[in-house]
Amino acid sequence: MTTALPINVELPGLSGAPARQLGRWRRLPLKAKAGVILLGFFVLIAIIGPLVTPYDPGFQNPNPALSMNAPSAAHLLGTTQSGQDVLSQLLVGIRLTLVLALLVGVIATALSVIVGVAAAFLGGIWDELLSLAINVFLVIPALPLLIVLLGYLPHTGQTATILVLAGLGWPWGARVIRAQTLTIRNRDFIAASRESGESSWRIIVSEIVPNEVSLIAANFVNTVLYAIGASVALAFIGVTNLSSWSLGTMLYWAESQQALQFGAWWWFVPPGLAVALMGTSLVLLNTGIDELGNPRLRDANQRAKVNGRRLLPTDPTPVLHAALPSERRSPVTAFMRSFSRSAYVSDRAQRLSAAKPSEGER
Amino acid sequence: MPFILRRLGFYVVAAWVALTVNFFLPRAVPGNAVEAIMSKFPSLQPSAYRALEAMLGVGHAGSIWHQYVSYLNDVLHLNFGISSSEYPAHVSTLLAQTIPWTLALVGTATVIAFLLGTLLGILAGWRHGGWLERLLPALMFLQAIPYFFLALLLLYVLAINVHIFPIGQGYAGGLVPGWHWSFISSAILHSLLPAFTIVITSVAGWMLQMRNVMITTIGEDYVLAAQAKGLRDRRVIFGYAARNALLPQLQGFGLALGFVVSGAIVMEIVFSYPGIGLLLLNAVTSDDYPLAQAIFLVITFAVLLANLIVDLVIVAVDPRARTREAA
Repeated sequence: MTTALPINVELPGLSGAPARQLGRWRRLPLKAKAGVILLGFFVLIAIIGPLVTPYDPGFQNPNPALSMNAPSAAHLLGTTQSGQDVLSQLLVGIRLTLVLALLVGVIATALSVIVGVAAAFLGGIWDELLSLAINVFLVIPALPLLIVLLGYLPHTGQTATILVLAGLGWPWGARVIRAQTLTIRNRDFIAASRESGESSWRIIVSEIVPNEVSLIAANFVNTVLYAIGASVALAFIGVTNLSSWSLGTMLYWAESQQALQFGAWWWFVPPGLAVALMGTSLVLLNTGIDELGNPRLRDANQRAKVNGRRLLPTDPTPVLHAALPSERRSPVTAFMRSFSRSAYVSDRAQRLSAAKPSEGER
Repeated sequence: MPFILRRLGFYVVAAWVALTVNFFLPRAVPGNAVEAIMSKFPSLQPSAYRALEAMLGVGHAGSIWHQYVSYLNDVLHLNFGISSSEYPAHVSTLLAQTIPWTLALVGTATVIAFLLGTLLGILAGWRHGGWLERLLPALMFLQAIPYFFLALLLLYVLAINVHIFPIGQGYAGGLVPGWHWSFISSAILHSLLPAFTIVITSVAGWMLQMRNVMITTIGEDYVLAAQAKGLRDRRVIFGYAARNALLPQLQGFGLALGFVVSGAIVMEIVFSYPGIGLLLLNAVTSDDYPLAQAIFLVITFAVLLANLIVDLVIVAVDPRARTREAA
């Protein structure tokens, strides 16, 4: 490894680095920023949450008056049927859910990189076989298989859940990474390093994989999203380890002890909302990454305005005085037409001419 | 048609993999399934060991190859064995009772969500920057909500607080299933909320995907050419841009189907809807392995079949798929 990269030369200018990073942060799409902030919030809770829990999440208060209490000053998010503090469970549960999802993300992404790169790089019969495996596992629905698998495992600890989730979560990434590797391996710089006698391993590790970092990152985000959804769903239906607090087990207990029927919304809304917000942050992050790579998808507000309206790339040249007759339209046609581009221009021209009749008509 | 034949071959392989996984699952579990059950129920007598073995098909005589062939033969004849949780019902009978419910609910709701989401995506993509785009953050939130959580919320608000919808089940108690109006209307009323859940949570995904493809397609030269020819907007949208953007969308539909079905399974559990998802949960929680495995097979085959239908649609829509050699 050549660690003495020219980056070291720039060390004196280090003071400019934070400013440059700030500039990069500003240029990020709004969605990516929102996603990072929201996800950061949950990571923060996962780190400090279990340290600041007001009560022991598992402590069952024997006082019958504390059963299913609505939120109050003593219990900010109320209590469960057996008098446990919901806020404490939430703070502890977010950590377990997030850690589990991140671990699944790391393992599954590693698997997809290995399988995807191997398929594209080895080619021939290996590619055929691995692609077939990828496609088969893509099309087999994961959750029923997960349920059956976890049902069979005698001791369903967290490790089993993580391994099973990761074992079924790799094909999506592998498919994308294989396609990307196929295009990269035909580039000139790969041919050059092969000519210079680099070993296949070295080409893969230091030429191909670094060129796929953004793809791998996007795939990691997607896999974490899948892991959160699947692990919470599995816990909710009660096939994973129910002895520890995660968002899914909270929902499981709330449902099985009839929080719904008793109207204890504070018991099942916070964990569900936490799952939904965590998922939203990841979706936002991924859309942001997509927009970085594909500028066309960016928000239209960032576009240049011409004559007070936003110009789309495929718009025809604006014509301000259209000679369209103002024929009557049925409401349906008018609605459909309101989505068309020419409606922008002609309606505006009509409105202009209606607002101030031209001098010539008088 | 080489494309369809290749796809057909692929689905046969996928089905075979599912069957094989299903066959080796109980045999590859550490300990073995019988011991797992014995340890879960300490009250079982040691003499139950043989019975359990016979029930799970673990203690079969003969080589593993022999067992495999007879297993494939059984599946081919829809003979999935006898359910232990609803003894002595045959697994295939239980499946026949529940599949129509799930098929009617999940199938209809998924198709509605796909069509609606695709249409919204077409409009949002065409009017990039329009009012539909402003809904995007809300849609992302809907997409990230777990199916079952939305189901819980809807149930809480619309069935428990405001008594508009029934609290669950497939039809009102006391009714005898059959082709008479009181039963059918009750079944429809009971399926509205579950169907609504599926549509709400999955429509956003289809819409976002279609919008993204649509935006890319609109930039193509042939769309510009169609506009330059002075074709009506509706024609340009649906005949040129959307028709081409639909292909990735359809392929995505096939791949995402597994997710939709998985979500629907959990959703059924919330509504105690008498479909295959609830049956799967009951099977797993009562250690009814033959039933659980048969349900896994049925769901997988349904998804494979749906994928095959999607492929047929793709062939009908895309002339390239008809001539293309590779799938």
